[in-house]
Amino acid sequence: MNILYFLVGCSVLMALIFLGAFIWAAKTGQNDDVHTPGVRILFDDEVTEEKSEEDHFSS
Amino acid sequence: MEERHETTLKSICYHCGEDLPEVTYQLEDKDFCCAGCKGVYQILSENNLCNYYTYNQNPGQRFKQEARLEYLDEPSIIAQLIDYKDKDSSIITFYIPAIHCSSCIWLLEHLYKINPAIFSSRIDFIRKQVTITFNHEEISLRHLVETLIQVGYEPLISLQDVVKEHQKGLDKCLILKIAVAGFLMGNVMLFSFPEYFGLSGFEKQFQSLFGWLNLAFSIPAAFYCGQDYFISAITSIKHKHINLDTPLALIIAVLFLRTAFEVIFSTGPGFADTLTGLVFLLLMGKWLKQRTYNHISFDRDYRSYFPIAVTTLNDGKEKPVSINEVKIGDRLWIRNGELVPADAILMKGDAWMDMSFVTGESEPIHKVLGEIIYAGGRQTGEAIELEVIKPVSQSYLTGLWNHEHYKNDIEKQNFNDSIAKYFSLGVFVIAFATTAYWLFQQDSHKAWSAFTAVIIVACPCVLALSTPFTLSAILSVFDKKGFYVKNTDAVEQLAKCDTIVFDKTGTLTTAKNAAVSFNGLISEVEKQLVASLFRNSSHPLSRHILKALNVKEFFAVKNYLETPGKGLSGWVNGLSVYAGSLSPNLKAISSHSIGGVHIVIDDLYIGNFVVEQEWRPGLNELMRSLNISFDLKVLSGDTHKDEQRLKTIFPEKTTIQFRQSPHQKLEAILNLQASQKVVMMLGDGLNDAGALKQSDFGIAITDDINNFTPGCDAILKGDALGLLPNFIGLSKAGIKIIKASFFIATLYNSIGIYYAVQGTLYPLVAAVLMPISTVTIICFTTFATRILARKNKLL
Repeated sequence: MNILYFLVGCSVLMALIFLGAFIWAAKTGQNDDVHTPGVRILFDDEVTEEKSEEDHFSS
Repeated sequence: MEERHETTLKSICYHCGEDLPEVTYQLEDKDFCCAGCKGVYQILSENNLCNYYTYNQNPGQRFKQEARLEYLDEPSIIAQLIDYKDKDSSIITFYIPAIHCSSCIWLLEHLYKINPAIFSSRIDFIRKQVTITFNHEEISLRHLVETLIQVGYEPLISLQDVVKEHQKGLDKCLILKIAVAGFLMGNVMLFSFPEYFGLSGFEKQFQSLFGWLNLAFSIPAAFYCGQDYFISAITSIKHKHINLDTPLALIIAVLFLRTAFEVIFSTGPGFADTLTGLVFLLLMGKWLKQRTYNHISFDRDYRSYFPIAVTTLNDGKEKPVSINEVKIGDRLWIRNGELVPADAILMKGDAWMDMSFVTGESEPIHKVLGEIIYAGGRQTGEAIELEVIKPVSQSYLTGLWNHEHYKNDIEKQNFNDSIAKYFSLGVFVIAFATTAYWLFQQDSHKAWSAFTAVIIVACPCVLALSTPFTLSAILSVFDKKGFYVKNTDAVEQLAKCDTIVFDKTGTLTTAKNAAVSFNGLISEVEKQLVASLFRNSSHPLSRHILKALNVKEFFAVKNYLETPGKGLSGWVNGLSVYAGSLSPNLKAISSHSIGGVHIVIDDLYIGNFVVEQEWRPGLNELMRSLNISFDLKVLSGDTHKDEQRLKTIFPEKTTIQFRQSPHQKLEAILNLQASQKVVMMLGDGLNDAGALKQSDFGIAITDDINNFTPGCDAILKGDALGLLPNFIGLSKAGIKIIKASFFIATLYNSIGIYYAVQGTLYPLVAAVLMPISTVTIICFTTFATRILARKNKLL
């Protein structure tokens, strides 16, 4: 049953990693605007000309 | 289907979707309503940006007047606006009210195609903000703003920085605390489960490990997540009054100490699960309370109406200066349509001041040389020169905001804080009585455990949660009906009001529709002549009159001349036609009526058009239902020309006062409050701003929530005015729900206290009792709110 000591440590560590990930996301402002990215992803790339490459660089 | 699509396209402007006038502007088989819309289309098609029109139909906005942007060349003003600057790139965030659809996002994020010096642009759609990174060596800030205006997205740059205000409002700290509290609660629950189910002898070896882990998790829960409660409790004790945070802080402290005590001396499992759960739920309630609208600002003052810069004259040379730097004695140069930012004396020019911002009076007032012009007036007509006599912050209008006696917070004590006092007292009496009893019984161990248990069980947690849950549910009901309340505290305030004060112009009337009437006689041919003239003007009055005239055929107009603030003139069908305000040479012809748009054809006075704001529909029923439980009052900044009409709308006992200055309105509210009335004020403009701020609940009425509204507690859409009694009804019902849930919570607490006073409270009971009572309360408030909202016809 001593394996339980190891598993308890693992579970706490895992939870800490997820907490850290959330704090990082909140601090870097990833949750500030939850509406616009959803609209942005629906825009098509322009098919007509070679400018699509520029598109790529600017974002 | 296909055919119907075609016809709709034909009759409206391809760019902005407004109805096409008789003569259209055309380009590549597309019709436009004005040169502005056509211009935008031209720029977009030259830059391969016509995708703009594929995401939405007619996504554009009608072109507005040219703006003056010289001030954007001043380094000191640029430094004020820019977020970040390095060697060759700058970052700036603009607030653009015109952002409204996905096409806007697409176009504004492809600005780099129009000018390669713009590196990138990002939109925050909800806040209507765009953040632009650009090369400031290749494109000046002024040029950048001009580019935005060219494509129809004029940024709003005002003295009160809308963008920075928003950033200030974000409270990330609370979100982090909730995340940490949630993490702690989850883990503590996990390690407490074995205890709940009972440990077999074999598992006992883990008991102390789990105990220590729980204690370790309790430390951040109490001292990081719960620190606000301690700070708030200490400050409130210093000010010698008790708020709801005081008993909460006490409970957190007792829970932590008892957990630490039990774990260290291995006497029991402790209350870590109750502690972390409590902190998490409390923070959730706090978050609900703080949550507010990102896209609406309730704290605007005169600064959001004022431009950031004004033109000054220095030895005859024009120089844009930041408004904060305007000093007494400076010469200002105010052009047509510009705002006078400080009290000043007229030195040169013909001043026709539109004081509607300040007084609500819509007719421009003529000022003679040497007269004082108060800040907030808008010049209509030629450019004028003024000498500043008071700095911006101390002018007549801005003085409204520096008034000292604005409502203080103690007055606004809510139900929670008022009951917290008695609650804390009750808990202490029971706790000390229990301790005394057990000490009398010579059982000091039981005395200590009973004392802590009573405090833990009597947790006003439910009290702290029922208010935010109920009120935020009410907020979202209001929100769907076009009533945006600042926060949950304001809803409680709304329920207490017993007097309602109305402003007239813009509140009881609406600018959306105008009633046009004509004094005099006008023939069909003359109508045609006048309409031909009006067709050339984009002035709102001209458009209203043109719509009312309803003429189908037009004549050509020669020598058309539009004098801003004065009127229009031109030769129509061989006759000279003038339409506009009364100038001195016209005064001889007509002496009885002054306002309106006067018509002169071939030197013959025909009459005048009076354009009046229309009354909002359903006012009579609204006042009848409000009259049952409220005192009504009208404060109008206007003349008493509408007295008769107002008397038919309002019940007999209503007091109606006219010609009220902004300061008089404020005084009137103060007088009502002095006679123990709780006052609700409905207004719309800057002239009501002082009264709105002073009133116990200020509602700003607007027809478009993106328009600027003065600082207030709530914003109400004009067409939802008729629902006002329902809104008030639901807020009152909300207070009843809170009281009922308090009663339920007391029932749960009595059960807990029954065990607690006997000193036999097992942690499991506390840990189970708290979530059950919380869930009950949350369900109860949610369902009760929905039922009552339906009863008030709001769902």
